[in-house]
Amino acid sequence: MTAAAVPVKKVSLKKRKILDNLTAYSFIAPNFIGFAVFTLVPIVMAVGLSFMEWNGSGVQSPKYIGLGNYAHLFRDGQFIEAFFNTIIYTAATVPFTMFLALLLAIVLNQKIFARSFFRTVSFFPYVASLVAVAAVWNALFSPTAGPVNQILMSLGVKNPPGWAADVHWAMVTLILFSIWKNVGYYMVMYLAGLQSINPELYEAASLDGANTVQKFFQITIPQLGHTTFLVMIMVTIQCFKVYDIVLMITNGGPGTKTQVLVFYIYNVAFNNWDLGYASAISMVLFVLVLVVTLVMFRRERTMSN
Amino acid sequence: MTAAKFRPSKVILYFVLVLIALVCLIPFAWMISASLKLNKDVFAFPIQWIPQNPRFQNYGDIWEQIPLGKFIFNTTKITVIVTFLQLLTSSFAAYAFAKLRFKGKNVLFISYVCTIAVPWQAYMVPQFIMMRNTFHLNDTHLAIICLQAFSAFGVFLMRQFYMDVPDELCEAARIDGMNEYQIWAKIMLPLSKPALATLTIFTFVATWNDFLGPLIYLTTTEKKTIQIGLRMFISQYSSEYGLIFAASVVVLIPVLIVFLLLQKYFVQGIATSGLKG
Repeated sequence: MTAAAVPVKKVSLKKRKILDNLTAYSFIAPNFIGFAVFTLVPIVMAVGLSFMEWNGSGVQSPKYIGLGNYAHLFRDGQFIEAFFNTIIYTAATVPFTMFLALLLAIVLNQKIFARSFFRTVSFFPYVASLVAVAAVWNALFSPTAGPVNQILMSLGVKNPPGWAADVHWAMVTLILFSIWKNVGYYMVMYLAGLQSINPELYEAASLDGANTVQKFFQITIPQLGHTTFLVMIMVTIQCFKVYDIVLMITNGGPGTKTQVLVFYIYNVAFNNWDLGYASAISMVLFVLVLVVTLVMFRRERTMSN
Repeated sequence: MTAAKFRPSKVILYFVLVLIALVCLIPFAWMISASLKLNKDVFAFPIQWIPQNPRFQNYGDIWEQIPLGKFIFNTTKITVIVTFLQLLTSSFAAYAFAKLRFKGKNVLFISYVCTIAVPWQAYMVPQFIMMRNTFHLNDTHLAIICLQAFSAFGVFLMRQFYMDVPDELCEAARIDGMNEYQIWAKIMLPLSKPALATLTIFTFVATWNDFLGPLIYLTTTEKKTIQIGLRMFISQYSSEYGLIFAASVVVLIPVLIVFLLLQKYFVQGIATSGLKG
């Protein structure tokens, strides 16, 4: 009797386990199928395509050319310029964005009049449509008639900068706009970080006679370590993959002065239809993001140990 | 606050605050002001913030100059479908990742987490080719929906939230005879309103404001979204400033309304995605 009952129970247990698995898969399937088809497959294709030569037509099939696309990168002046433009843009945007976001968060974390109004306002540029605000920005900073230069001239500046049209100022204009547009988002992250600091730390420091400046450097900054790390990663990645801001503010110009990686990928892929080469540049972008993420994660780990 | 507590640091604080508010708002104020002017008055200096004869007809003209209504309809359609699919499939998958045990759970979840770090721009080219050559979806709204609706971010965000819901709640429901689908629908979904609101707002803003996706996929004018349409209008009528800014104001309004309604959740969402990330 018992000998017969055991296998029956075993089968039903096994059956249950299979059923449990199937239930779980049915939960995941709707999202995972879409995710696999539209994200995972293209990522694998991008890696594969970077070793091929192909114009994307259904008639002609991709031709394997080994490292040909990657070798071409080193000889391509436009790529090298786009690469360094991306680095310059990122290197300038990240520290300023982080500093201003922290400053904003500290100010907006004080007990002040109409605090939620000020918080909402500083977040406006982030949610606003980029096309719309870029149009305003271009008008405000128009070299000849723009209000900014009109004001500068009325203040006695003889030759105000040509902003987006000026070889020396185009990148600066881009960086200024980017900071203005995105700083609100990171301000909110810092705000959350500030609010998660235990107030007892400040009380204890006050009892020990610490002043505001000491408290800031001894408590606030170290306690914000994790937030700072996250903000840094997010701003950096966002800068590496910038495209639309460049398109709308400078259109990569003057000439190719502000052409960045994604801008170049778009041109190579959808204007020249050189898909293999575009994928090779994409891999550079991917590796750049990966390296920064890994380096920062390792630093974060050693710092918290 | 009493007068005795008056401190010079407060003055500096408020000075900084007003400065911040001005820097953030002036472009919007200028936009609204310009949208009510004749072209020749837009750049008049000194700036006339409140136009003497506001031209409200700019707001009427834009609907005739470009198919703005069509663009808004297209964008609304795409945004609503994407947001709905995103919420449904993400919370569904997140429930399994947070509360069920099954084979291959870790591998599947890691495949999600890893792709969060891969920028879309790095695989947009093969994605487009696949959509065009295999699925023949180029120049369709379905393509935009497919590429926006199944993000790893949504699954990740919802899972983080579900992890904090006590397991005992699900256990009790199972003992009461509920199956997993009922637990998801009757217990998890109602509990996760804040997370759903956060994901709604993120998806809504991202889809409404998306530029590069529609730029690559949509070529027919009638199918374009509002951002591409506005951009097209700006390059076609580059000197019609009054009209450009009237159209810009119209484009800004829906997102600002959604943001103001749900801003509490938006701030919470950034906070949780950051702190737990």
